[in-house]
Amino acid sequence: MTVPESRLTFRFTFWKAIFLFIMAAGVYATCVRFRFGLGASTNLSDQFPWGLWIGFDVMCGVMLAAGGFTLTAAVEIFNIKRWHSIVRPTILTAFMGYLLVCAALMYDLGLPWNIWHPLIMRNPHSVMFEVAWCVMLYTTVLALEFSPIVFERLGWTRALKAVRSVMIVLVILGVILSTLHQSSLGTLYMIMPNKLHPFWWSPLLPVLFFISAIAVGLAMIIFESSMSSKYFGRELELPILRDMGRVLAVVLAFYGILRFEDLYHRGVLPLVFVPGYEQRFFLLEIFLSVLIPLALLMFPKVRENAQGLYLVAVLTLLGFVTNRLNVTITGVENAVGARYAPKWTEVAITAMFVALGFAIFGLAARYLPIFPEVKARAPVLPKLEGARAELAVPVHAGD
Amino acid sequence: MSMGILYDATMCIGCKQCEQACATENGLPYDDKIAEQNVTSAYKYTTVLTKDDKFMRKLCMNCDDPACASVCPVGALKKTSLGPVTYDKHKCMGCRYCMAACPFGVPKYEWDKAIPGVRKCIMCAPRLAQGKPTACAEICPTGATKFGDRDELLKEARKRIQDNPDKYLPHIYGETEVGGTSVLLMSSLDFTKFGYREDLTQRALPMYTYQVLSRIPDFVPLFGVMLGGVYWITHRREEVAEAEGHSADKHNNKGGAQ
Repeated sequence: MTVPESRLTFRFTFWKAIFLFIMAAGVYATCVRFRFGLGASTNLSDQFPWGLWIGFDVMCGVMLAAGGFTLTAAVEIFNIKRWHSIVRPTILTAFMGYLLVCAALMYDLGLPWNIWHPLIMRNPHSVMFEVAWCVMLYTTVLALEFSPIVFERLGWTRALKAVRSVMIVLVILGVILSTLHQSSLGTLYMIMPNKLHPFWWSPLLPVLFFISAIAVGLAMIIFESSMSSKYFGRELELPILRDMGRVLAVVLAFYGILRFEDLYHRGVLPLVFVPGYEQRFFLLEIFLSVLIPLALLMFPKVRENAQGLYLVAVLTLLGFVTNRLNVTITGVENAVGARYAPKWTEVAITAMFVALGFAIFGLAARYLPIFPEVKARAPVLPKLEGARAELAVPVHAGD
Repeated sequence: MSMGILYDATMCIGCKQCEQACATENGLPYDDKIAEQNVTSAYKYTTVLTKDDKFMRKLCMNCDDPACASVCPVGALKKTSLGPVTYDKHKCMGCRYCMAACPFGVPKYEWDKAIPGVRKCIMCAPRLAQGKPTACAEICPTGATKFGDRDELLKEARKRIQDNPDKYLPHIYGETEVGGTSVLLMSSLDFTKFGYREDLTQRALPMYTYQVLSRIPDFVPLFGVMLGGVYWITHRREEVAEAEGHSADKHNNKGGAQ
């Protein structure tokens, strides 16, 4: 690696400037939010109680972190060993994703200091109650799945051994909890049969949300690996990404057919051909999330190629982000008789969490043994220099 | 005994005394300017609408099986046995799922407050507990808003329609909407003109989500065993392969059976 020093410095400064700008806007918006309340900081209204923070930060945040349970299930439970090397960055993405979701939720809740209430006040009829418990437990599970990486760095061999001994239990628990709350985010909307447009309201919402979470998990692995290889000089795991591309094609095809059948059986299919507000967003979503990625993946040139896979992943991610925003925003606009567009403060805070996601991932990748290659060449903090080589154990979540 | 409110729009004179009584009962401000507002808000729980010289009230329907109470993760909203759907701010964490779920768009939020809460008509639950009627029914000078046992009110409403079929629409709004509501509405003018939807499901909304949620306790152990089983099989196969390879080597080396 003979990158000129000056170029590295410039790039770092450029991104740092953007990062600082986003953070400054986010901090200011934070002050507005907590000093003056939701009315001053959002475009939410009595007609539109849920906006960008629920639609993107929570709905998409949880969805984008779905790679964690998908990959740990594949590697630890289904024993697909050749995917081992990407388990750590994927768990990092997931853990960070859930932490950011929890943080973002504190902004959206009207009384965030009561966030612990579901612990002692129960309503088992509430989907939100179930989601709250699952997210809480799963974030704990992710922390434990992530802990070996930290223990390894710190050299805490006994803690490392202890966590590893229960890792398979954690992985199974994590898969169950994820299955429950990924689908439950869809179930949340099942109580609105007269509010949510029939393009999106379906008795199959939980199933559709779960399957799309798996697709997004796979796309996110491709996206995150591509980004890591670009910015951390990490070798691209192309054979693994090719596998991911193939599995993604199957999952997308399955999802697409299920979505088609669901629309057909509910008699909604004719609406697809009637021009309209919802129809435009529906078509945008379907083309981005299923049709274009699937068509691209049919070409060996695309699915064998790093850039091709990256393009497919980005399209899939955009498509399912559109899906979640359609469910939360587009699909209810006509029923409540109001349009919603986020205020700048809402966008600023969402942007802050996205920027934090990139920054935390970057820092963790630099200072923790996330990638085997990086460990050797990372500019380690002075105090942590001389990473304990004897602890360089095979890189995966556990066993 | 579940109580209810019967509002007969044909008897209403649009005096808005119900609005005033409601504001007084709930400690909310009320003046001419607020009287002109034709939407409910966190500061106005009921409003009398006017369309083609006909009137219609808006207030919380206090559903028999309310979506808001069903979705509340902390049980801050509750359907009481007397009929009202009440709210406890001390439990609320402000997720606003109640607002998203309500088929009538009733719960309102104190958007302008740094420490906000949900606000809506609670059918004068404290008054009902004392055996008194709701403030709006008590003040109504014409009897357009009538308080009583829901079943009795329903019978009376049916009789009014039967006796004067030309005067009323043949529909008691709230009898079957989303499984029935404590508030019942009668009108001579199409309900949709006042923003009341005629296409609402007759099913109680909580059943839509509960039919999924109720399966979770069964699902968890089954799925857990399945995943554990897959782990066992995939790793066992490997152990067997290893052991077989091992013994085959031994066989070759030593030439003896194990």
